[in-house]
Amino acid sequence: MNGSPSILEVKDLQVTKAGTLVLDIPALMIEEGEILSLIGPNGAGKTTLLQTLARLIKPSAGEFFFKGRQASPNLSDLEYRRRVAMVFQEPLLFDTTVFENVASGLKIRGMQGPEIRKIVTENLEQFGISHLLHRSARKISGGEAQRVALARSFATRPEVLLLDEPFSSLDPPTRESLLADLESILRRTKTTTVMATHDRMEALRFSDRVAVMNQGRILQVGPPAEVMNQPLDEFVASFVGVETILPGRVIKKNGGSFVASIMGYEVEAVGEVELGESVVFCIRPENVTLAVHPSKESSSARNFFSGKILKIIPMGLYHKVQLHCGFPLVAYVTGHSLENLALTEGKEVVAYFKATSIHVVKKKGGQV
Amino acid sequence: MDLIFEGILKAFYLLITFDPEVMGITLLSLQVSGTATFISLLIGISIGTLVALAEFPGRRFVVSLINTGMGLPPVVVGLFVTIFLWRSGPLGFLGILYTPAAMILAQAIIATPIVMGITLAAIQALPKNLRLQILALGATRLQMVWILIKEAKLPLLAGVMAGFGGVISEVGASIMVGGNIKGYSRVLTTATVMETSRGNFDVAIALGIILLLLAYLINLILTQVQQRERPR
Amino acid sequence: MKKSKTIHAILAALTAILTLTAWTPAQAQQKNIILATTTSTQDSGLLDVLLPIFEKKTGYFVKTIAVGSGQAMTMGQKGEADVLLVHSPDAEKKFVADGYGVHRRLVMHNDFIVVGPGEDPAKIKGMTPTTAVFKKIASTGSLFLSRGDNSGTNAKEKAIWKASGINPEGQKWYQQTGLGMGQTLNVASEKDGYTLADRGTYLALKKNLQSSILAEGDAILLNIYHVIEVNPAKWPKVNTAGAKAFADFMVSKETQEFIKTFGVDKFGSPLFFPDAGKKEEDLGK
Repeated sequence: MNGSPSILEVKDLQVTKAGTLVLDIPALMIEEGEILSLIGPNGAGKTTLLQTLARLIKPSAGEFFFKGRQASPNLSDLEYRRRVAMVFQEPLLFDTTVFENVASGLKIRGMQGPEIRKIVTENLEQFGISHLLHRSARKISGGEAQRVALARSFATRPEVLLLDEPFSSLDPPTRESLLADLESILRRTKTTTVMATHDRMEALRFSDRVAVMNQGRILQVGPPAEVMNQPLDEFVASFVGVETILPGRVIKKNGGSFVASIMGYEVEAVGEVELGESVVFCIRPENVTLAVHPSKESSSARNFFSGKILKIIPMGLYHKVQLHCGFPLVAYVTGHSLENLALTEGKEVVAYFKATSIHVVKKKGGQV
Repeated sequence: MDLIFEGILKAFYLLITFDPEVMGITLLSLQVSGTATFISLLIGISIGTLVALAEFPGRRFVVSLINTGMGLPPVVVGLFVTIFLWRSGPLGFLGILYTPAAMILAQAIIATPIVMGITLAAIQALPKNLRLQILALGATRLQMVWILIKEAKLPLLAGVMAGFGGVISEVGASIMVGGNIKGYSRVLTTATVMETSRGNFDVAIALGIILLLLAYLINLILTQVQQRERPR
Repeated sequence: MKKSKTIHAILAALTAILTLTAWTPAQAQQKNIILATTTSTQDSGLLDVLLPIFEKKTGYFVKTIAVGSGQAMTMGQKGEADVLLVHSPDAEKKFVADGYGVHRRLVMHNDFIVVGPGEDPAKIKGMTPTTAVFKKIASTGSLFLSRGDNSGTNAKEKAIWKASGINPEGQKWYQQTGLGMGQTLNVASEKDGYTLADRGTYLALKKNLQSSILAEGDAILLNIYHVIEVNPAKWPKVNTAGAKAFADFMVSKETQEFIKTFGVDKFGSPLFFPDAGKKEEDLGK
């Protein structure tokens, strides 16, 4: 980010559990002060990666560097763990008061009373739970407990903070409020954070970079917009919310654009391809427009197809419309438009999408 | 029924007049069982926690051994300890047969598996990631073990009470290794058996009542400590 | 938090005190004597009075292990006791003959009695000799309780059955308790059965029992106590000096005088009759 060595770097990192390779990361660099999200399905290896970065698990191969120096021989596990903090999915609070909980990391480090009190009060305030000072940890709500857990780890002033799906057990409003507070705290303190989550939206708004994981590997890492709009392969695409994924073959080329045959239909897209090459088209549902009366010349969209609405699924703020126009297509439409166009299941419509909005993935992976 | 009533009266009398022999027997019961429980606490909690947290080949076998040990018949323990402590036995050079020390030894052997087994279960019942969270907070292994033990203090205290209860009421091993010697190795349980076999039922009942009172008082104190920390 | 800390401190202090005081300084080995004797001897209370005198006089600490005669002699055979005070003459003679014991000396005697329910279903009251009493009990199939524990009393009982030519084993009316004398007397009293008991224990428990004395006085009912020192040649670890000191004490003039009067104030008659120096055959005459 600014030329200084990354705070954490892994090389050829491998973790084996019961003979199976569960984590395989050839390279990953984490910059100081950035917030990196790890997203992926259950079992993708997010927790394993976090625990390995926390040095709670020993890798079976590979090395990692902390602030440019090789971590393993130079820093003992204990010294390292006192500089890097991890918070788990469940708050895992101790059976005592909130104060004692937040102070525990400091007591472990041998800190004395008055200093402990100062730091604890600061952190309780930072997380908005000062009023819970003497409350028993058993008598607080889920959201408050997660705040205590975060305050507890924060109190130790970690250089890297690792969070394993810290909000997944909370209800949406609590989650929202905690996320907002945490984000401002992290930005203000410029704490390097690696956070695992299975909520793509969370990852989107929260992070500087997103890493998509599956089966122990990182498939793609990059700023959220890049990962969301230019997924490197089908898996990443489907995971980040690309609803329409269509395999096809390049049949025509002219300059920067080309035409691929998708289930017998010609679809135009942009990119560097070879004739006859197999490609996959990723079309985000937000980029598909629907119309009731076709008008060939009235838009710059090169792709329009007539089809029938198969299903309309309300998704809260918008509706997901599944179409069949010779190939399956998904569009997002506002309720307003739904009404205006009187869209119903079974209705004949025309779907438009721009050639430039199609993200093309070569069949073997690697985008175009 | 009047026998029981007589026994209750006798118990009162013995207590109120601080009958020296009864006081001596009661104090010895406390000392022997208290020390044995303390020893079982040290060994039981440390090894129980170790086995709960560690992975090693044969762990399952060790766990089943501990669980079996919880049901060790005290009289069998007494028999084996006696054989070991005989002059002709391997530990005969210690010369502690027919002493309170031998009783403490036998009772500690009886109580330790109980405390160990309950500790093992208690530590294993803690949330799986708690151990990792404690390490992530920067704790040394020792600090981690200590914090885990504190987190399990409720069931652990119950284990100590179970261990104590098991040995304060034990009689078979205590007679065998202690010899029930007047003023020296005679405790409430062994004295009760002796008075019963002599036919002095009122005294036997009185001693029994005193034993019950003692057990109740000790457990009252321990329960207070336990429930004080209870999540309310 | 403060309050529970104080409680913890108190508990810790208590534990420390208890632990420290429980550790009585290890008695020097040579000062300990292990005396194996019988439950009935101990239950008579004689030793409770005699031993303090002995201990004060000699500085020894006597550990009295009260078990059945059988177990006492086994302890002697294994060298786990230093001196025996038992009353099972035939077994004792074998014990000495086999080389396990030395200096077998006569100390005292008391007697056995046959007790049973007041109604006396077998009609044995006042009958002599005792063998006839036992025969009658067997022939009427009356309930008889045996200690069945290899004690001196049990040995005597078996000897009488043998002398009567009867084998009671396995018979329905013959029940073995495996318990001490006091408990066996209680069982006999509860179940209205006959039993053989030593006079001392019977007298001590009389007020709680329904049984009465039905036969007594026969020579065969004599219960003779000897003190035997365990042979150091077989077991070098034995406290020879201590054993000798105790045995000498038991046959000493003062002790014998004491035995003569023991129990008189409580029961009206002495529980034991001192016999040191006499010959066994002369007893009962």
